[in-house]
Amino acid sequence: MSKQITNAAASQTRRTKAIQSIKNFLSDNIVTIMFAILCYVGFKLSGLSLMFIVNDLVNRVGRNGVLILALIIPVLAGMGLNFAIVLGAMAGQVAVIIVIHYGWSGIIGFLAAMAISTPVALLFGWLTGHLLNRTKGQEMITSMITGFFANGVYQLVFLVLVGTVIPMVNPEIMLPSGIGIKNTLDIGRIKYAVDNLSRVTFPTAVLAGSVGILLYLGYRFWKSRIDGRVTLTVVSVLTPLIAAGAMAFWSITTMNSKSMLNMVRVPVVTFLFIGAVCLFITFIASTKLGQDFRTIGQDLHIAQVSGINVNKTRIIAITMSMVLAAWGQLFFLQNVGALNTFAAHEQVGRFAIAALLIGGASVSKATIGQALLGAVLFHTLFVVSPAAGRQLLGDAQLGEFFRAFVAYGVIALSLGMHAWQKAAESKRKNR
Amino acid sequence: MGEFVLEMQNVSKSYYGTQVLKNVSIAVKPGEIHAILGENGAGKSTLMNILFGMSVIHSTGGFEGEVRLGGEAVAIKSPMQAMELGIGMVHQEFMLIPGFSIVENIKLNREILKDNIVSRVFGEKMKGLDHNSMAKDAKAALNTVGLTIDEWARVAGLPVGHMQFVEIAREIDKENIRLLVFDEPTAVLTENEAANLLATMRKLADSGIAILFITHRLDEVMEVADNVTILRDGALVSTLRKQDTSVVRMAELMVGREIETMAREKGSEMGQDSTILSIRDLHVRMPGEEIRGVSLEVKRGEIFGIGGLSGQGKIGIANGIMGLYPATGEVLLNGEKLELNNTKGSLARGLAFVSEDRRGVGLMLDSSIEENIAFTAMQVKNKFVRKYGPFSQVAQGEMRQHALAMIKELDIRCRGPLQATRRLSGGNQQKVCIARALTLDPIVLFVSEPTRGIDVGAKRLVLETLVKLNKEFGMTIVMTSSELAEIRSVCDRIAIISKGQVEGILAPDASDADYGLMMSGDFAKARREGVV
Repeated sequence: MSKQITNAAASQTRRTKAIQSIKNFLSDNIVTIMFAILCYVGFKLSGLSLMFIVNDLVNRVGRNGVLILALIIPVLAGMGLNFAIVLGAMAGQVAVIIVIHYGWSGIIGFLAAMAISTPVALLFGWLTGHLLNRTKGQEMITSMITGFFANGVYQLVFLVLVGTVIPMVNPEIMLPSGIGIKNTLDIGRIKYAVDNLSRVTFPTAVLAGSVGILLYLGYRFWKSRIDGRVTLTVVSVLTPLIAAGAMAFWSITTMNSKSMLNMVRVPVVTFLFIGAVCLFITFIASTKLGQDFRTIGQDLHIAQVSGINVNKTRIIAITMSMVLAAWGQLFFLQNVGALNTFAAHEQVGRFAIAALLIGGASVSKATIGQALLGAVLFHTLFVVSPAAGRQLLGDAQLGEFFRAFVAYGVIALSLGMHAWQKAAESKRKNR
Repeated sequence: MGEFVLEMQNVSKSYYGTQVLKNVSIAVKPGEIHAILGENGAGKSTLMNILFGMSVIHSTGGFEGEVRLGGEAVAIKSPMQAMELGIGMVHQEFMLIPGFSIVENIKLNREILKDNIVSRVFGEKMKGLDHNSMAKDAKAALNTVGLTIDEWARVAGLPVGHMQFVEIAREIDKENIRLLVFDEPTAVLTENEAANLLATMRKLADSGIAILFITHRLDEVMEVADNVTILRDGALVSTLRKQDTSVVRMAELMVGREIETMAREKGSEMGQDSTILSIRDLHVRMPGEEIRGVSLEVKRGEIFGIGGLSGQGKIGIANGIMGLYPATGEVLLNGEKLELNNTKGSLARGLAFVSEDRRGVGLMLDSSIEENIAFTAMQVKNKFVRKYGPFSQVAQGEMRQHALAMIKELDIRCRGPLQATRRLSGGNQQKVCIARALTLDPIVLFVSEPTRGIDVGAKRLVLETLVKLNKEFGMTIVMTSSELAEIRSVCDRIAIISKGQVEGILAPDASDADYGLMMSGDFAKARREGVV
């Protein structure tokens, strides 16, 4: 009798535990879940075809992926969301303007732009790092204002100094007066320079993705053999295995069907580069430098006392982010094919940050998975919301408003939640 | 020459002209546990700051004297260098990263690295971490301190006692460690954990490590230390072998100082024995100054002192009763129950509080003296307020008159009632705080750390003001202070708080030994053992 009661009580506690863990999962991922639902509803309302959305999405994720990934390292080092990637984007644009001026084109032009943008981004990163080291604890607001300030300098250089102090003659890209760069530049010379190197159909890309998952699983298996901390559970093996299987099955059946998705062409090199950036971040995180990043991110004071050169490490973190942002902007521009000289960089910070947050990241924690998931969700919303607005209210403009509202709203929400969690934490500590 | 691990010879240090250490010398042999004993402000932490080369020392002009390690004179310029020389520190507040595992904490910035392709080109920083070797080392260090626990567990969820041992494990994992400093390591531990810790310290000492043990708990000194150095007011009082001393003797040496009694007769005799404030089983959750079950009776017309070492909870009592920190228990004022956790209610019932945090809680620094004086009374008692239906206005004239009267009464040195309080000296700021409390016409006045950060002359004035209020108006005052001499000079009875509870109540002229024992929390035990 009593055994039954204890059994019943045990199953009761098991059930409440399960409910609790579901609740925790929901509250931890509330932003991401909300956006997934929003995207789905938007997709249904918009009446757009799946093919159209996937096509747009492949384009957008490809061109924004690196920019979003560029945010991860500063978060790791406890410097919050790096609004200063705007400066990185400027470095990329400086390089593009130079490349266009000299008339280089194609993949050579793109590689030249990368080579030129790197030292510029290193310089910007070094300067920003020094500034942020003087404003510890206020990195986000400082980096945001630094972005505005740099924008002023950028305009000064390209509106006033070019053609006066900086000797440059090129009627094609300069204003008729001979001073300053035109508002919009046609950079068709390097359009699709990387994207068009090689393209495969969407199902093929998915198949490659499933192979990638299998490779990763093999790596985990190998790692679990040599590292005591990595243990494989049934769930952690089966979930990716099933996912990879499903992806492979779907892609092979779709390949042999008349699905419109076979028309979607995925830029291979762009996505390989995104993959390489992911590997780079993973690698850095596993090194001594990565351990220093994490230590600083967790506790500045303890890091200092234990002898880590805090300032230098933070500068390295912000500089890495800056270089990745510069390259990210180059990928963005080669896909768009036009340079809005004085505005292209302005939204980079906000949109990349909103995407990262939508993926479930926070001011103090961000992973590659969150960056990629966020990229997909944020840009899905971008694609569907104008059409959904038109269908629903007869006005595409409302959808535009909605997505601007969403981008800012999610940043404000995330910052607020971060402050709230911090307050709750300190309250808990003091108890 | 290598007889001593550490010798500090004739060390002196002053901060901005105030001498905090005078000719202190200390010598520690390998395998010795050397206790350093002293009240707050005796100079213990300054001495350790010098040993660790903290920047606070070097940015204020360095120090005089000599530090020798293993017989060689060294100039330690940074904590990093101290670490390289084999000096380790077990901190009072833990220097652990909660989000990291035990292994990562033990190996913090001393991670074992292994090569990979990238590191061969880009250097040290690109090396990977050798988690297996790190875990092995950590495990060994944990075994030495007797902690059996999963080395990959996160620090965040560990009990406080375990964290202390992780700290020790981190220090002894450093291979060249020869001197280990324990800074009040038992302050946050339970008795059981503390006993464990002391046993571990002995074990470490037996393995040849020299230990500096900073504490104010006398029984612990007697239990593990070989020698003890007692500091008082920055000067070396005595260095003794344990065998040659006793708990009582150490207590006397730690506290002993001349007490200047303020010339004062008893205040009004009336109602000497009737209780005005009675506190029963009060618990206050004030971080760092927690109160765990205090019962006290304060009599009408007395100055009641509350003393004790910092961190033991004495400040929590007044803050709890005034509702500034969450409190539970029962407080009776004039026999009637007081609602806790309600600051406005406490004020309205006739309690007033001069906070220990003068510049934070006590004053609105950019407001004028008169506004500071009138503010609380305006809020609580509607004084200096004129009502016009639903609107109200400040009665400027009344406020000015009152402020002028107070400035005269308390002798506040200022340029006038409109001066901002930020510009006033510490002593005069304190008087403004007292004036504000008086404006409430309190039945009981709580005063916390009234002389903290005030120069010597002004200290005396503030204390005299309190005595005058008590004598002339028969006001009951509850005064909390870290400076024992000061409470002993003005109070009628003094409660000593230790570990959040009342250790005992003493008369101001009780012996130094009694005070010392009570402060260190050893009084009850010493009495049991019949020493006192």
